[in-house]
Amino acid sequence: MGEKITGAQSLVRSLEAQGVTDVFGIPGGAILPLYDPLFDSTIRHILVRHEQGAGHAAEGYAAASGRVGVCMATSGPGATNLVTPIADANMDSVPIVAITGQVPSGAIGTDAFQEADIRGITMPITKHNFLVTNPDDIPRAVAEAFHIASTGRPGPVLVDVSKDALQAETEFSWPVQMDLPGYHPVTKPHSKQIREAARMILGSRQPVLYVGGGVIRSGASASLRKLADITGIPVVTTLMARGAFPDSHPQHLGMPGMHGTVAAVGALQQSDLLITLGARFDDRVTGKLSTFAPHAAVIHADIDPAEIGKNREADVPIVGDLAETLPELIAAIEAEQVGGAVGDYEGWWVTLNRLRDTYPLGYDTYDDGTLSPQYVIQRLGLISGPESIFTAGVGQHQMWAAQFIGYEHPNTWLNSGGLGTMGYAIPAAMGAKVARPDATVWAVDGDGCFQMTNQELATCTINDIPIKVALINNGNLGMVRQWQTLFYNERYSNTNLDSFRVPDFVKLAEAYGAYGLRCESPEQVDAVIEKAMAIDDAPVLIDFVVHKDAMVWPMVAAGTSNDDIMVAREMAPDWSGEDD
Amino acid sequence: MSRHTLSVLVEDKPGVLARVASLFSRRGFNIESLAVGPTELPEISRITIVVNVEGLPLEQVTKQLNKLINVIKIVELDPDASVQREIMLVKVRSDTDTRSHILETAQLFRAKVVDVAPEAITIEATGKVDKLQALLKVLEPYGIKELVKSGMVAVGRGPRSISDRAIRSIDRTA
Repeated sequence: MGEKITGAQSLVRSLEAQGVTDVFGIPGGAILPLYDPLFDSTIRHILVRHEQGAGHAAEGYAAASGRVGVCMATSGPGATNLVTPIADANMDSVPIVAITGQVPSGAIGTDAFQEADIRGITMPITKHNFLVTNPDDIPRAVAEAFHIASTGRPGPVLVDVSKDALQAETEFSWPVQMDLPGYHPVTKPHSKQIREAARMILGSRQPVLYVGGGVIRSGASASLRKLADITGIPVVTTLMARGAFPDSHPQHLGMPGMHGTVAAVGALQQSDLLITLGARFDDRVTGKLSTFAPHAAVIHADIDPAEIGKNREADVPIVGDLAETLPELIAAIEAEQVGGAVGDYEGWWVTLNRLRDTYPLGYDTYDDGTLSPQYVIQRLGLISGPESIFTAGVGQHQMWAAQFIGYEHPNTWLNSGGLGTMGYAIPAAMGAKVARPDATVWAVDGDGCFQMTNQELATCTINDIPIKVALINNGNLGMVRQWQTLFYNERYSNTNLDSFRVPDFVKLAEAYGAYGLRCESPEQVDAVIEKAMAIDDAPVLIDFVVHKDAMVWPMVAAGTSNDDIMVAREMAPDWSGEDD
Repeated sequence: MSRHTLSVLVEDKPGVLARVASLFSRRGFNIESLAVGPTELPEISRITIVVNVEGLPLEQVTKQLNKLINVIKIVELDPDASVQREIMLVKVRSDTDTRSHILETAQLFRAKVVDVAPEAITIEATGKVDKLQALLKVLEPYGIKELVKSGMVAVGRGPRSISDRAIRSIDRTA
């Protein structure tokens, strides 16, 4: 029998027992009882400035470390401020647990002060959620929340606890018996499907390893490397999978999709077999779905059976954890290879190498001495190096950071891929730095995104979380401006933020107790990055004032076919060489 | 489009119906009828959903339903291998001239008269969708004042029970 404690103490004990060491949050009325025992706990609570920051910090923490990230908020507006990061975590399969206070159970449903039905609100954007009104249920809800968040396809779980449940007396005992009769994620792949996949792979002539974020979440990067090495098959890594496979590897063709490389996009389009690993045929990868990879058979390995066949029918569906699937697939291929079946991809590589050599990533430089944002980001990646962690907001700077930084390791590229949440970078960098304090953590952010969540720089300064910010300041909502340039006759409706003038980002950084640096010309870039690298006692921000008309290329316009990829404005690649 | 009957075993927990219903609306599927009730197992409820979709979207909605933590099992019931029933209460306008005709119609359909008032008769009928539709068609000329249906419930034919394996899965985790 456990000892008598309050529900709040039980919740803190449960989190401790679950191994939680860091939590991001803000207290308020309904969750106040929890913050009292939390005051005495070994758990480090980081007081953020906005609950959205807590949520993205939990995501950054989880994505950088593989551990479950935890955020907390009070009822009503505190809880609703978590909605965006929860939706973000749901789209990108990030394991986080959100704990929210709720009004006392007797007041639920009465439109009480700071009441919001956060369980109802988050039903479609969580993997699961709980409303706990009985203090005896707290340990089990916590155990189940962490189990659900971190197993199967990872995702966000919300635990809403009424104030009276936190205040009432209960007994605590741990471990608890979980009661989840409907939750049995399949991790072990079907061996018949594995053998079939191995045969198809070795029999194909133009295969591509289409790698998604699932490879990173499952920790299967080393196996992927081995699979690529033993087969010699080209690899493309989606936006969510950057870092799953080393950029320096000769078989890596880069990122596919709307802003992918010509080689990666062309490889998918001309492929006869897509070996799809933890990817979900997102519209940003496929372009117009009916014209995507039209000649390819599909092997689709994913832990979530609902992804298989959702957008593209699979010839060989494999449900399972990639950490188990890939070793089994490797063994099956090796067995076939011993039997004499060896894939012949020589002709395929001739085609792909031609595309890769003819259409490398590139960018414009400007005669007037203004900065190319791509140059800044490329230098940043080279100077800071592949052991660093990079987070990004959403927009042009995000695409350039995905294109021009070389990633060598999983969990070093964190971004908001599915939901496309502007404002992700700063709090996610904060969370990543808390999870991995020894790593250099850069937030590559835009001036639009930065102004959505920059208040967390205060949190970073005060809590000794020295993140670095590379602000790619083009004074505009750059990606939207790019679309206006290309598709709206250069009518720049409401995309000029005037952030060359307001705010003064250097002064703003300094106001937050961070270092503020500015860089306006190419000659200054290396020196200012190196100066920022040398700072480790506080956050540092570099305001890179860049050319406002830089564009992200290549580009597949929304709703068009991947075959219509443009290398630059009105410049289509020449596909004709491949049949020679 | 074709009609499918899904039997969904769920944990009897607050909010579970909202989860199931919102999933259908979020993924763009129309529910034709829905009936919820207890089962022979105290902690398990059964939701019978009739949905009008093509084959592939049905597979997708079934997979998405399976991802709901509180959903234990989903079975699609083939109309030929299951008993499917709906209950209907219909209030029909009547007077001294039409009453006997209406009563006769009810008898032909093996429907029961459950309430009689000077200007209306209320009929209770149970059956498959097409039988109820046929009855309604005959009653319509008299004037339908009010109509309510329960939503379809269904059970597979033969000795097997869809909750057998569900019970085992609960035992395993317990």
